[in-house]
Amino acid sequence: MAIFLTADSKVIVQGMTGSEGTKHTTRMLASGTNIVGGVNPRKAGTTVGFPADDGTVEVPVFGSVAEAIEKTGADVSVVFVPPAHTKGAVVEAVDAGIPLVVIITEGVPVKDTAEFFAYAQEKGVRLIGPNCPGLISPGKSNVGIIPADITGPGRVGLVSKSGTLTYQMMYELRDFGFSSAVGIGGDPIIGTTHIDALAAFEADPETDVIVMIGEIGGDAEERAAAFIKEHVTKPVVGYVAGFTAPEGKTMGHAGAIVSGSSGTAQAKKEALEAAGVKVGKTPSETAELARALLS
Amino acid sequence: MDLFEYQARDIFEKHGVPVLGGVVATTPDEARAGAEQLLGGQPGVVVVKAQVKTGGRGKAGGVKLAKTADEAAEKAGEILGMDIKGHTVHRVMIAAGAKIAQEFYFSLLLDRAERRYLAMASVEGGMEIEQLAVERPEALARVAVDPRTGIDEAKANEIVEAAGFPTKTSPEVAAKVAAVLVTLWDVYREEDATLVEVNPLVLTEDGEVVALDGKVTLDANADFRHADHTELEDKAAADPLEARAKEKDLNYVKLDGEVGIIGNGAGLVMSTLDVVAYAGEAHGGVKPANFLDIGGGASAEVMAAGLDIILTDPQVKSVFVNVFGGITACDAVANGIVAALEILGDEASKPLVVRLDGNNVVEGRRILAEAGHPLVTLADTMDGGADKAAELANAAA
Repeated sequence: MAIFLTADSKVIVQGMTGSEGTKHTTRMLASGTNIVGGVNPRKAGTTVGFPADDGTVEVPVFGSVAEAIEKTGADVSVVFVPPAHTKGAVVEAVDAGIPLVVIITEGVPVKDTAEFFAYAQEKGVRLIGPNCPGLISPGKSNVGIIPADITGPGRVGLVSKSGTLTYQMMYELRDFGFSSAVGIGGDPIIGTTHIDALAAFEADPETDVIVMIGEIGGDAEERAAAFIKEHVTKPVVGYVAGFTAPEGKTMGHAGAIVSGSSGTAQAKKEALEAAGVKVGKTPSETAELARALLS
Repeated sequence: MDLFEYQARDIFEKHGVPVLGGVVATTPDEARAGAEQLLGGQPGVVVVKAQVKTGGRGKAGGVKLAKTADEAAEKAGEILGMDIKGHTVHRVMIAAGAKIAQEFYFSLLLDRAERRYLAMASVEGGMEIEQLAVERPEALARVAVDPRTGIDEAKANEIVEAAGFPTKTSPEVAAKVAAVLVTLWDVYREEDATLVEVNPLVLTEDGEVVALDGKVTLDANADFRHADHTELEDKAAADPLEARAKEKDLNYVKLDGEVGIIGNGAGLVMSTLDVVAYAGEAHGGVKPANFLDIGGGASAEVMAAGLDIILTDPQVKSVFVNVFGGITACDAVANGIVAALEILGDEASKPLVVRLDGNNVVEGRRILAEAGHPLVTLADTMDGGADKAAELANAAA
């Protein structure tokens, strides 16, 4: 099972022939992801060779997402195209009818995201990101930039706004392993929320414990807390970054900003605790809380 | 990026939002000239308004009326240099006076939860909107706006009606307000804003609807398609270290503390600040001195640039480098640190605690151990590193 991404997922890469796309397609292939094609209208009909255990693997390049789906049956697209072209790439993928689009690109104007999200929602397409590390279902598939060698399959589900905190938490709990780890991204508007991932983990028979990592800005964690109280029966452990962040300063992620008294880490922690979530003060303490539930 | 009121006014004017005349001044003489221009030799009133990116300037004495150009210069002299909630006033705007019949409120912003836009409007403007939202939420209309269609005539009418404008008894006013909302949408969309707020939006005694004070936040991610937005940056106000970091493309925020922080990834760095602050509680209350995310690459050049910024902060007593190697290999980071220390030479004068984990960590730690730099201490864990850095900062303080 796992969530959003399974061993059967057929993945295409939009922006595969660019430098980031090439680098990460190599890594995704090495971790066992079934990459069935790339998209680039100027290189349609060619193939790109990537290193593989037994020599090289040739990945075909298609002229459009629609053509890639038609020829390969792809059901996931991962987007590495630069910010100025991200909206066009996502709209193309949505138009082609692919059910899941994972947007790694950082620096997408929020207006573009708001517009392509509205369109995707109307068409019933799930977006993850932008400005996210993607997601991994260890041992099954890996879409995005999460390192595959931190840990293997297990029964912890992880959802996080932050890439490196995702890696840190996977490392802390490496002896238990993960069903899926989803990096939802740190932008003000994102396609898949904590709530979406919590609902999917709740329904996933391969997940026993959920770890949720949040950070300052907005009220996604507070909303997730309300959702947990109503709908989640599995134990949830939480962590929130940014207690020491000053008001009015953007901390790296475009969405990570405390505005006035809203969006503080303290308020998020309190909301989660009120919903019965055990919240750690540090990543290692959070891992200990999860560990206690797992052993 | 938040804009000053005068910048918001200029952007409003560019998109056809009705505004009053306004001239920015940095000296009393400029204020006098501005007032002369606005008054045009006629009797009248101008308003001298402090330009600061914070609320409550009226209560702080940052807004004053003047009847003559000389009086405007005098008031400007009083306001310039004033401190309003920690913001020094470097500019005033001389604005034409208006005879106000009624004050309204309007804003358009991101609705992060619903992932669309939200228009908020009220016929009770002028006051603190947070206060209105809490005390009389029914007086503040909230209308969802689809990012693709925005505020067209129909949506503007919907907002005006929801806000309780008397569309039946005085349809002219409601229609004028609705027309202004459509122009404010143009500002939001065409300038890539994430907030456009008008408080107050006023009805003047002669029946005009005018945006009297505006707040605009622009999306920095969209700068690539707005060459003119870089001119709106308030370079003078930036912290000198932040300005230098920005020149070097570093994601740096200056804080008030003693432990310099370098890490990779926004979430991990935020978390590092927190862990250092907790550790500091046992070490004389030392705190993190900055946020610095060197991103995925973490090359020697980026590491050197980052260390250089942090080590020139006189408040910094120790530095904690906290890197989880995901895509970046720890050996590359270790080589970066060693090279950075060589580049900096004698300038590197404060102790460094380095915690590396993840991709190729054994090799990374070996490189640092072998280099044996006298200022560098290796830490096994994030918590241990934070504790050591806090201890060293406290010892040096």
